[in-house]
Amino acid sequence: MIDNQTVQYIAGLSRLRVQDQDSSRFARDLEVILHYVRQLEELDVKDVPATSHVLNIQNVFRKDEIAPSLTQEQALSFAIEKNSGHYIVPKVIE
Amino acid sequence: MKLYDQTAQKLKELIASGDISPQAIQQAVEERARAINPRTNAFLRFYDLPCTQHGSFRLPIGLKDNLSVKNQLVGCASRILEGYRAPYDAHVVERLLESGAILQGALNMDEFAFGSSTETSAFGSARNPWDTERVPGGSSGGSAAAVAAGQTIWALGSDTGGSIRQPASFCGIVGLKPTYGRISRYGLVAFGSSLDQIGPLTKDVTDSALLLNIISGFDPKDSTSANCPVPDYTQALTREIKGLRIGIPREYFIDGIQPEVLNAVQSAVKLLEKAGAQVKDISLAHTKYAVATYYILATAEASSNLARFDGVKYGRRAQSRSSGRPAIIDLYETTREQGFGDEAKRRIMLGTYVLSSGYYDAFYLRAQKVRTLIKKDFEQAFNEVDVIVSPTAPTTAFRLGEKINDPLSMYLSDIFTIPANLAGIPAISLPCGFDSNQMPVGLQMMASPFAEETLLRTAFAYEQATPWHTERARL
Repeated sequence: MIDNQTVQYIAGLSRLRVQDQDSSRFARDLEVILHYVRQLEELDVKDVPATSHVLNIQNVFRKDEIAPSLTQEQALSFAIEKNSGHYIVPKVIE
Repeated sequence: MKLYDQTAQKLKELIASGDISPQAIQQAVEERARAINPRTNAFLRFYDLPCTQHGSFRLPIGLKDNLSVKNQLVGCASRILEGYRAPYDAHVVERLLESGAILQGALNMDEFAFGSSTETSAFGSARNPWDTERVPGGSSGGSAAAVAAGQTIWALGSDTGGSIRQPASFCGIVGLKPTYGRISRYGLVAFGSSLDQIGPLTKDVTDSALLLNIISGFDPKDSTSANCPVPDYTQALTREIKGLRIGIPREYFIDGIQPEVLNAVQSAVKLLEKAGAQVKDISLAHTKYAVATYYILATAEASSNLARFDGVKYGRRAQSRSSGRPAIIDLYETTREQGFGDEAKRRIMLGTYVLSSGYYDAFYLRAQKVRTLIKKDFEQAFNEVDVIVSPTAPTTAFRLGEKINDPLSMYLSDIFTIPANLAGIPAISLPCGFDSNQMPVGLQMMASPFAEETLLRTAFAYEQATPWHTERARL
């Protein structure tokens, strides 16, 4: 059962903030969807292998060669705040 | 003759014969796009790019707002990517530019492709050109609406659970989801990485083959792209379907389908049979579990893919508020709270939940196993038949607002398109009639992996025997 507390817990894991007044709306939506997807419990899948990928290819590697790519400057050109080749974020360690 | 209503194939012929210049076509299409856009809201913005002077397809094309064009804004119809410009071209964009394509602009979509109507776009829903009070479908609704309204000659979209085919169906055009791996996704903003595929939205099947020729092929930058040869898909357009084996999956003909959709699809099957195809009933036994499987796997993948939008590296950053939480956490949470719409939040939370400790086996792992069963259903079916035919969607285009407050009922509008994504197989939607409100009905055809030629051959045979592809929305 998804209650407001669960919504707040999942929101935290998801790095989302859900306002208290929206919790019950999200709780109801998630509960309806989870109730629907629980129909998968009808199936016996004990011996069925999982599919994570539909193509029969594995371990795709590229040659370790230098190819054209973004410079550090280009990669950082979209940064919201930067300094001397670094992203700037609020203080992490208190 | 309205130039903007013509197919790419026809315009290519007109250019080759010297009857019309690429510039005249570009001007006519751009004028149309701007004039009609306040009514369709199909384009979110127009690119500012220099014109190409060479190439075999110097025709305007629209791109879904999740495809990267160097130095142009790309936003996935979301506020969280506000101001973000792509630092490189998507692989398909490189291919288009090599062919001489004129990249027109970014097309409206559901935010991050989360939806079936474009109503979750942060910039307002796109409208269906056949009736602007109805949705164009989604998530590539802007792409479908723009093609149907003559705002572009053809367009690219992406399809994770039906996002090319369902809007093509709703807007009376042709939409193709190729085999997983047929086209590189390099430069496509990821939603569900084991499901996403780029594909063409076009006015007819010939244009679908032409555009597929341009964008298909291996790309070392997308490790999931398949390293196998690309045929000339136009060679498949022979109309010859004598002896072709067509399967009708009984699980796709269920209660709740709009009767006019059912009639149109049944008439289409009769026509294919008359043209020499052998039609037989088949079973895809696990169809009823496809939507549930999809909404576990797709949201799980989305929750992971969308973790990168955090207000640090690009896009939007919210002003932190003092919440008593560490400032960096507050920055992430406030940015994501303000940047994402409700459907994105719902899917991120659902995906996070099904992957979380204690629920992973019950939801995510179980869904991956059911995916195997769904894939096996198709493998068995394709031992018996070459093409599977069904409706693309259970209904024609619904009204704006009709399903937006009921996520589950919105999800169920993808019930017939989702299985092809789970199995990784190619599928096409093409017009097969109209309902009593003059809204288009879509016919879906599915084939085995990398059998796009069979799909296009069958679709072309049907199309050429019917008038539907020549109809245009009166807008």
